[in-house]
Amino acid sequence: MDTEKSKGIPKKRRGILRIKDRILQCLIWAFSFITMGVLVWILIYIISNGISHINWEFISTIYKPVNNQHGIFPMILSTLYIVLITIVIATPIGICSAIYLVEYSRPGKVLSLIRFATETLSGIPSIIYGLFGYIFFVIALHLKWSLLSGALTLSIMVLPTIIRTTEESLKSVPIAYKEGSLALGATKLTTIAKVILPCAISGILTAVILSIGRIVGETAAVYLTAGYVTRIPTSIMDSGRTLSVHLYQLAKEGISFEQSFATAAVLVVIVAIINLFATTLAKGIKKFTIGG
Amino acid sequence: MAAESSVSIELKGKEKKGSVSHFMKKNKKNMGSILEKIIENIFFLCACMAILSVVTITVYIFAKGSPAIFKIGIAEFVFGMVWMPTSGVFGIFPMIVASILATLGAVVIGIVVGLFTAIFLAEIAPGWLVRIFRPAIELLAGIPSVVYGFFGLIVIVPLISEYLGGAGNSLLAGIIILAIMILPTIISISETSMRAVPPSYKEGSLALGATHIQTIFKVIVPAAKSGILAGIVLGTGRAIGETMAIILITGNTPLIPTALTDRIRTLTANIALEMGYAHGLHQEALFATGVILFIFIMILNIVLNAIVYKKVNQ
Repeated sequence: MDTEKSKGIPKKRRGILRIKDRILQCLIWAFSFITMGVLVWILIYIISNGISHINWEFISTIYKPVNNQHGIFPMILSTLYIVLITIVIATPIGICSAIYLVEYSRPGKVLSLIRFATETLSGIPSIIYGLFGYIFFVIALHLKWSLLSGALTLSIMVLPTIIRTTEESLKSVPIAYKEGSLALGATKLTTIAKVILPCAISGILTAVILSIGRIVGETAAVYLTAGYVTRIPTSIMDSGRTLSVHLYQLAKEGISFEQSFATAAVLVVIVAIINLFATTLAKGIKKFTIGG
Repeated sequence: MAAESSVSIELKGKEKKGSVSHFMKKNKKNMGSILEKIIENIFFLCACMAILSVVTITVYIFAKGSPAIFKIGIAEFVFGMVWMPTSGVFGIFPMIVASILATLGAVVIGIVVGLFTAIFLAEIAPGWLVRIFRPAIELLAGIPSVVYGFFGLIVIVPLISEYLGGAGNSLLAGIIILAIMILPTIISISETSMRAVPPSYKEGSLALGATHIQTIFKVIVPAAKSGILAGIVLGTGRAIGETMAIILITGNTPLIPTALTDRIRTLTANIALEMGYAHGLHQEALFATGVILFIFIMILNIVLNAIVYKKVNQ
């Protein structure tokens, strides 16, 4: 085939072409393995340096450097609180928006405005969210530097993720299901509640899990709205320091590389687990759409 | 088409077993339809939350930030070379330059490495390798930015200091870490859009005697251009907005860099570094920095929208 197709091309040019192809092919392989190499490097470096400093004491004790206590328990708790509150606020709003966009909306000005707003929200950098959360929730609404302020700010931030992922999974429900339900006399609402949502549940879970990942990894917005005190939070009106903010503080102040490594390793492990869940669920969706 | 309808008939058959009688009493039906309307409106209100949020964010940031710009003077603020809050001098030009340089550098590296990796995943790599690469790149996307910053601080900064001299906290360190951070965005969006190119394009090109590599660069990449551009714009947005990682590795000196190993302070870093203790005009000036950043992001968003809109029109 190779000789047949290049019959018309002079020999010299054919040679140049082949060399060009080879070079490009080499570049493609090289850059791909650079990407992969960097990833593996970062992961192995963080995990291998951090894992030896992670023990039960590190995870379960409070942080009081004066007493030589360097545990991250308060940060884990703060992170959990913020994740929980954010998900409780953002998920219902996100799912309802997605239902509206997929099932009710008609093409027009309102729809394109909502789309534009969602796109804009996902493009705003987290530091701007932080500034806004500070001026709006912390100052204007008098919520002070608190887990609630942080969670409210993050709720807006993860809204686009939840809306978009839920939308995708609602769209992937075969139209025949919907038509079947409607043809049987079920109302639109019943169809959505009993047919479409149950079918899209794994996609919605993926949306929630992706958002959790984003919340756990967020630093700038939380730093400006939830504060960075290391006490154990007792209510959602308390200020608290999440794991990411803790890592930032440790690294910025050069407090301790061991603790930094250990915290970074904890973060990476959490994110890896979250990713694993999300991919498993996403695979579930694919199977569903193909098999359905 | 035929297969589709047969599936739907089968489904209808399945659902019949559990079907509820739809012969409802008239007033019950009315109640039901009122409820439906109410809930539809709730859905609509939720969807409007996104619009409300964007409007509130924009209004608050501009309301808090723009007075400072006028107090300081637009030209003095945007083109001022000196940032000295303690003496009331607020010029952010060095930070604008730093933000643009760091982003540009990262995007250039990101495009080269990312595009080739995306081509590898979409066209060259055997299935088993894709199954290893893709989850790995998703993981790369999920790692918190502060972890990248920490990695940069521990590994990249000392390396730069050792081989290029200086303290290592530099524009170059920022570019490298930002490039790694935006790679997943560029790769996954480019790969998706290359896979969406109709196979007939590729087959046509191959049938005309082009080699696989020629087909990739002359047919597939141009056909997937708008998707690739969208990925690049999104990556640019992520790079210009990154804060904490940048603070850890760039040294945070508000001067215009003259070399890759110079310390820089980006717009984002300026806000996060001083927000904790700033008050009065100083705090307003930080919000004004946010306004400038916001305008950059808005421009990027409009560009992105234009690209996506063009794609839909095609």
